[in-house]
Amino acid sequence: MSGRIQTSKMFQKPIVMKPYALELLNFIKGNCRVMVGCGLIFFLFLIAVSAPLIAPNDPIEQHRGHYLQPPSWQYPFGTDDLGRCIFSRLVYGTQISLLISVMVVGVTAIIGTSIGLISGFAGGAVDEVLMRIVDILLAFPGLILALVIAGLLGPGLFNVMLALAIVGWTGYARVVRGCVLAEKEKGFVEATRALGGSKYYIMFRHIMPEVLAPVIVMAALGMGGTILSASALGFLGLGSQPPAPEWGSMLNEGRTFLQLAPYCTIFPGLAIMLTVLAFNFLGDGLRDVMDPWKKKRLEI
Amino acid sequence: MWRYLFGRLLLLIIVVIGVTALTFLMMYYTPGDPAAIIAIARYGGPESLSSDLISWIRHQEGLDAPIYIQYAKWLHHIFYLDMGRSLITDEPVFDKIFSRFPATLQLALASMLIYLLIAIPIGILSAVKQNSLIDYLSDIGVLVGVSMPSFWLALILILFFSIYLGWLPVCGSQGLSYLILPATTLGIGIAATTTRIVRSSMLDVLGQNYIRTARAKGLKEAIVIGKHALKNAMIPIVTIAGLQFASLLEGAVVVETIFAWPGVGRLLVDSINQRDFPMIQGCVLFIAIIFVLANLLVDCSYVYLDPRVRYNRRHQV
Repeated sequence: MSGRIQTSKMFQKPIVMKPYALELLNFIKGNCRVMVGCGLIFFLFLIAVSAPLIAPNDPIEQHRGHYLQPPSWQYPFGTDDLGRCIFSRLVYGTQISLLISVMVVGVTAIIGTSIGLISGFAGGAVDEVLMRIVDILLAFPGLILALVIAGLLGPGLFNVMLALAIVGWTGYARVVRGCVLAEKEKGFVEATRALGGSKYYIMFRHIMPEVLAPVIVMAALGMGGTILSASALGFLGLGSQPPAPEWGSMLNEGRTFLQLAPYCTIFPGLAIMLTVLAFNFLGDGLRDVMDPWKKKRLEI
Repeated sequence: MWRYLFGRLLLLIIVVIGVTALTFLMMYYTPGDPAAIIAIARYGGPESLSSDLISWIRHQEGLDAPIYIQYAKWLHHIFYLDMGRSLITDEPVFDKIFSRFPATLQLALASMLIYLLIAIPIGILSAVKQNSLIDYLSDIGVLVGVSMPSFWLALILILFFSIYLGWLPVCGSQGLSYLILPATTLGIGIAATTTRIVRSSMLDVLGQNYIRTARAKGLKEAIVIGKHALKNAMIPIVTIAGLQFASLLEGAVVVETIFAWPGVGRLLVDSINQRDFPMIQGCVLFIAIIFVLANLLVDCSYVYLDPRVRYNRRHQV
């Protein structure tokens, strides 16, 4: 029955496959979480880019005599123990947090996806060795390993990013490898091979796009996770160095004055939470979107 | 089953060697000369240090050997449960870690209890009343809980319960009241992800035929949910218990530091700050072993939870 409908449909009008991205966009439009997440993220990037315009004060200038001031018109979120404007520091901190997450997620997603593709395609000894490395790294709590690596390399923004990248690529590699193995068996790959398509053609033209959906979801969720991990390392004193307004280290500096000036800790925490929430909204929404999208593509 | 266990123990050995070799390598190429650290710890301030003394210590401690010899020596000592001595306090690393372990275990078990007490009831409720107000609210709660940094939650809890209300101590470890805030901090963070798993697993089970049969038999809804559904829904919940254990250890590092809780996590952070290399190495080894064994325990528990699972065939490890 359904088969007949399909055939008659096929004869009535030619199916025009829309470009991948366009079709995906149509699906995304309806999802409220994706829209909220995207809106928030756009807003955060806007803050990061226009930080000099938004911040009322210099983020590292120490205002003498204005130590631990409660929120006021001059200092919207108060000042810290050195008389620096917390609001301005938070605004500039957006740049650091977004930089860390974009860099780490970008690097880990690319490396992890490539290794997963290679592993899934090559099979044999290459696959075995790569997956054992992944096993080893996954069999140890990631943040603790990052803590040890960053701690040994010494505090600093670059070292934190490096540590998080060393730990972070494994998830992508494993998921992508699984996808490749599943896709490799499908009819269209066999058909392409029968038609004389080369290995690289199959890999990039047919399998890569199928793998992209889970990678995008993981990357969106990974952005939030990276910000959380980076601020945890900053909180433990391993992040960027003192005058830089990193959110995690701001919390660490502020906790000494928790009783005297709770605004020193409350606002940086809220900033971290809002940013992570935005990326989690996006990631969750995308995950909801990707499933039916994939199903629909199969139906066509 | 035995074959499976053997494979897992092999993985344990590979993981231990892999992770410790990585840290060893990093320590070797890291700034900070261990011989100088020992010299300062034993003979006092930097002014009394001579290069002769440092090179003597370096030779004495075997630090002038090539890295692979040092690593092989370290591995060799592990078999005799000797992890070396702290560079700072000269205590045996093994004793130090084991004196700290009960505190971490206590914290982990308490927060496990808290997250299960939060996650299971809320997860079941939001699955049973899907798309209701409760479901919606718990969904938002989960998203906020996942996005909240644990160290911030800790500070907010301290601010509210210790400073404003004065009910609980700020930090320390002298009794049960000291355990409440750290365990709650750790528990709430993990409860968020667990709630989500409980809900989706419960929804999955509620759609099964045997649930319809149970209802058709005229069983009370409470028995259908509490007995027939929950038992089957436990399998995915146990599956992620291994993953949760990782977050528990990660969280413990941060939470122990904030609450001055004398566990292994804080020991690790302190030894990283002091560049106490044998202690860092010991903590990494210890955490790796605990983590792999915990995951093994989780996998073995499937056999009892789900009679369909048997590890007698060649299983991918």
